Amino acid sequence: MKTILKLMMLILTLTMVSCFNNKETEYANTEDIPVNREMLAELTSPPHLPTPVGRRKAKKLIVKMEILEKVGEMTDGVEYMYWTFGGTVPGSFIRTRVGDEVEFHLQNHPDNKLPHNIDMHAVTGPGGGAESSFVAPGHEKVFSFKTLNPGLYVYHCATAPVGMHIANGMYGLILVEPEGGLPPVDKEYYIMQGDFYTKGANGERGLQPFDMQKAVDEKADYVVFNGKVGALTGDNAITAKVGETVRLFVGNGGPGLVSSFHVIGEIFDRVHVEGGDLINENVQTTLIPAGGAAMVEFRVDVPGTFIIVDHSIFRAFNKGALGMLKVEGEENKKIYSGEIRDDIYLPEGPGIQSMPTTDEVVASEIPAKSFEEQMEFGKNAYMQTCFACHQAEGQGIPNAFPPLANSDYLNADVSRAIGIVLRGKTGEITVNGEKYNSVMTRQMLSTDEIANVMTYVYNSWGNSKKVITKEMVEKVKKSK
Amino acid sequence: MIKSQAFRILFVLLVFQTMLYAQSEGMVSIKGSRYLPLYGRDSTVVAVKDFEMDVYPVTNSQFEDFVKKYPKWQKSNVISLFADKGYLVNWKSDTELKDSEKPNSPVTYVSWFAAKDYCECQGKRLPTIDEWEYVAMADKTTKDARSKPEYNAEILAWYEAPRTNENTIGLHPENFWGVHDLHGLVWEWTLDFNSVLISGESRKDVDKDNNLFCGSAAVNATDLMNYAAFMRYAIRGSLKAKYSMKNLGFRCVKDIPNEF
Repeated sequence: MKTILKLMMLILTLTMVSCFNNKETEYANTEDIPVNREMLAELTSPPHLPTPVGRRKAKKLIVKMEILEKVGEMTDGVEYMYWTFGGTVPGSFIRTRVGDEVEFHLQNHPDNKLPHNIDMHAVTGPGGGAESSFVAPGHEKVFSFKTLNPGLYVYHCATAPVGMHIANGMYGLILVEPEGGLPPVDKEYYIMQGDFYTKGANGERGLQPFDMQKAVDEKADYVVFNGKVGALTGDNAITAKVGETVRLFVGNGGPGLVSSFHVIGEIFDRVHVEGGDLINENVQTTLIPAGGAAMVEFRVDVPGTFIIVDHSIFRAFNKGALGMLKVEGEENKKIYSGEIRDDIYLPEGPGIQSMPTTDEVVASEIPAKSFEEQMEFGKNAYMQTCFACHQAEGQGIPNAFPPLANSDYLNADVSRAIGIVLRGKTGEITVNGEKYNSVMTRQMLSTDEIANVMTYVYNSWGNSKKVITKEMVEKVKKSK
Repeated sequence: MIKSQAFRILFVLLVFQTMLYAQSEGMVSIKGSRYLPLYGRDSTVVAVKDFEMDVYPVTNSQFEDFVKKYPKWQKSNVISLFADKGYLVNWKSDTELKDSEKPNSPVTYVSWFAAKDYCECQGKRLPTIDEWEYVAMADKTTKDARSKPEYNAEILAWYEAPRTNENTIGLHPENFWGVHDLHGLVWEWTLDFNSVLISGESRKDVDKDNNLFCGSAAVNATDLMNYAAFMRYAIRGSLKAKYSMKNLGFRCVKDIPNEF
């Protein structure tokens, strides 16, 4: 009895082990990975992604993709006839795993004018599937392929004229996840760059036709992420929270230009170089060839808006290759302080400085002939020169610029005051019991103007009502 | 006296001339010549003989008359070998268009078999690619306008204009030969539409050992900038004879007999 039990136990254990083994079988050849069950692929439009594959088994994955030729907006007021896979540029994102058997249905909408096909770089076979998917409007072509290599791959149309089909937006990405899936991250986004060639120059309004000559010359009018200017900015910005890990699936449809992909203010922790197995770490800018891709991963540590660009930088700021990643959350002053101070910079060192201009000061054309005129001219000069720091009522700005109103420092020594206006002043002073340590630059005022403005100041806001003459200023000037 | 004599001579001449050329109704004469098609090279200049071509594409109402006369081309009777499921889908019955369709729009959703038979029943035939392209390379004033930027721009503009098949015939001005709507309305069936061999993979066709190899690929074509024409060769290459397409119609041509 006992032996029978033991034997049964042994058999049971053995079967369990063998079951376990079976589950974890690794196939030397991905071609041999068996598929079970059918599944309709989830397709998403950019910048969104289908659910990660995770640990699911290889399946027969049915992908139904519709081709639509339709007018869309390139940028405000500029329309373009896009040719699309799934109604968007870039086309719908396809997510598979290695060993999947993808049954691809390419549907050419009856309203379309042209035949199309699809070349998927994830396909091992002639034309990447283009050969078997050439489809007239109003028809559907079906072909099937097995995903042999994990990676991130571009797909595009390859119907003549090939460049034109790509230039009109016929490209997208297909991801083949490795066995067991990609490591999980908090946020995933789909970004694809493309260059567009229009008859009119950048910004020229109306429906813009494709320009073959510019395309041949590779002189793009628009270089954009996700098909149009502003597809990833403002309300369309992609988002994350501080502390989250972000994975960007970045493709470059071309047709002409390679991309120097960069996120301003982030360092890529990991990059799957060219979408393959090679991992590069701590990368600032990654090169994405036309018809290539990259997987870029990083953790966002501080809040703010991070600008996504092609670092061939005129494309970003002049042709549209600009996106935004908005990160919300707690600031981390240790990593990034934000602005601490806005000081005045003195190229000559901490001494007295002058504005970089000539010493020749044009004297006021009309000298003041009376006290009233001195006050009037002085007020004008004050509003132009002194107002920004010392404020309208001479009250100054606490902790930054000392007050002129009721100022003990000012009233104590007229010559010193004139000297400060003439030559500037740095260093600590005490005014009405408050300490100030800032810089007053030498003022570009003529002798007359100094006399006027100081007379105005001394005769305003409760000051000592002294009248400053041109001669007094000249005297201080000479005394050095 | 002199005046009436001149008139008489003129009258006789006019009558005589119409008898001489016997131009068919709704058709114009095309004077043939040698020309270089898109897919050719210097050695592949093609000779096009004189022929007559329909001024307009065949219209919905003309095709209505046809199917009434030949019930085998009515959509419930048509053999599936000769037309796919899209055949005349814009018709509400065997003999009637949907109310939304215009009688004067070009007939579309017709298969090559149907188009071919239509022409033959009129004592005509479908044009060859070379005949069609030869006439279609003309603009208003010149026989071969392919090098003119405006010519290409106009053609490309309609590729980018949606639903042009719903327009009526004759809105585009006649070309040098007096033919309307070769561009701007619908694609048109040709007799030998699939003779320019292109596979679905338009980049590798350059390798084919075939005089017509580059119908859809750019390398070795005569005019790399005439990409409007590439698209026509591409669309032809994507077709099968039983296909019926929304943007595809046809017109007929007729040989001109050598002797009267």
